Amino acid sequence: MPPPASTLVRRHGRVTRVTHWINLAALTVLLLSGLQIFNAHPALYWGDVSTFASPWVSLFAAERGGEGVGVTKIGSAYFETTGLLGFSGGEVRGIPSWATLPSYRSLADGRRWHFFFAWLFALNGLVYLSAGLIGGHVRRDLLPAPDQMTPRHLLREIADHARLRFPKGEGALRYNALQKLTYLAVIFGLLPLMVLTGLSMSPGMNAGFPWLPELFGGRQSARTIHFISAGLIVLFVVVHVAMVLVSGPVNSLRSMVTGKFAIRQGEP
Amino acid sequence: MDRRRWLSGLTVAALGGVLGACDKLTMSAGVQRGLARAEGLTRRVQRLVVDRKALAQEFTPAEISPDFRANGSTSPGDPEYRALVEGGFADWRLVVDGLVERPLSLSLAELRAQPARTQITRHDCVEGWSAIGKWSGARLGPLLDRAGLKEGVRYIVFHCADTLDPNAPPALGRYYESIDLIDAYHPQSILAYDMNDAPLAVKHGAPLRLRVERQLGYKHAKYVMRIEAVADLSGIGGGQGGFWEDRGYEWYAGI
Repeated sequence: MPPPASTLVRRHGRVTRVTHWINLAALTVLLLSGLQIFNAHPALYWGDVSTFASPWVSLFAAERGGEGVGVTKIGSAYFETTGLLGFSGGEVRGIPSWATLPSYRSLADGRRWHFFFAWLFALNGLVYLSAGLIGGHVRRDLLPAPDQMTPRHLLREIADHARLRFPKGEGALRYNALQKLTYLAVIFGLLPLMVLTGLSMSPGMNAGFPWLPELFGGRQSARTIHFISAGLIVLFVVVHVAMVLVSGPVNSLRSMVTGKFAIRQGEP
Repeated sequence: MDRRRWLSGLTVAALGGVLGACDKLTMSAGVQRGLARAEGLTRRVQRLVVDRKALAQEFTPAEISPDFRANGSTSPGDPEYRALVEGGFADWRLVVDGLVERPLSLSLAELRAQPARTQITRHDCVEGWSAIGKWSGARLGPLLDRAGLKEGVRYIVFHCADTLDPNAPPALGRYYESIDLIDAYHPQSILAYDMNDAPLAVKHGAPLRLRVERQLGYKHAKYVMRIEAVADLSGIGGGQGGFWEDRGYEWYAGI
């Protein structure tokens, strides 16, 4: 049987493609510079203030037989994490140097990178959202269709995902329901949450909008949620990239660069 | 096995290359200038969306932190300061000068007789932690009015008694800070002499520290000796408006 013929269709609009890659660059810098900032006080708390004696998460170093030992405390559990968290590269540091921007310790430089790219991230997000809401991208491509939301269909999608089976033909023309729900959660949940929890940490913004930190249970809670949301974004990216790799990396990447996506004729 | 080692070696080398490039970028003056532009944008937008007189959130006595951390200088070794501590700050005077009509020199008792304000606020350190404390002090605005600011004053500079970086030349090693007139005349901007109903402890900046509640902790200069009204910041310290600002931190620390 000859290989099925494929046709190129237009998949992603220009705004989606441009903002996607700017977003990737901004999030990368924000993550690495954010970890640099975190290293200035690698501990997390709930509430308005820091309870220094009992952070719910902290990375610190101890000494054993003249050697530095990295320790991670989560709740009341302690884990030895030498080389990764608490102590790495022969020095006391929460997050290792390969995961921070800059790699050497500099809170001032970390903040500069972070706030410049925070603006880029926020403005880029605004462009994407306004274009997506006005141009119909959100309604057309991201809101699940009624037929996708039946329990039967969702169960099938979960089974297909588990077996890494994805449509290559007509079915690939639209996002599947799990994909749509995930994108919606990230775009309208996680990313705005990063902005709001970030702003909650600003003492200047707090004066004008005191309800902002209160919304998250206080400034230190906002900082904690900022950190957890960053972790969830990393998790999303890992799964997102894995899905791109298993579902056809060349086709997916091309569609996000040139907009053109190949679908196989005569296949689901 | 060899291939795995080769691959991991390659990964480490590539990562090292990227890290090195990022560090080089960070250290380049042009990149620093570019990134620092965001600070001006942040300041302008915050000033646009937050009312000039908007008060920082205030808390109840029950919320006061029992473990308010002190950092930066916590026990200055400067001989002049040590002598003041020995004398119970009896010889301490706050000097108000620079571009003012009537330079002042005030004792602690005189300062305590000034229009005052008490507030329970949250202190946010640039490092990321927060603590709530109760502060009482002389309001900065009325004090500046008493001295009478001359035409052209744009910033108020706070010169401190503590040397935080003994390895730097004195002009750069001594702590100082500056704020603009919007924050200087903000109702919560006070020169605090009491913390949690007791005279300020040495580690928290005795006998006097600035509270500028809508900015991060490093703006709240401790051990204040002299207040100077100036038209620009270029001639002071490293020229960036403060000890930490001379070391790359934002002058506008509302974020």
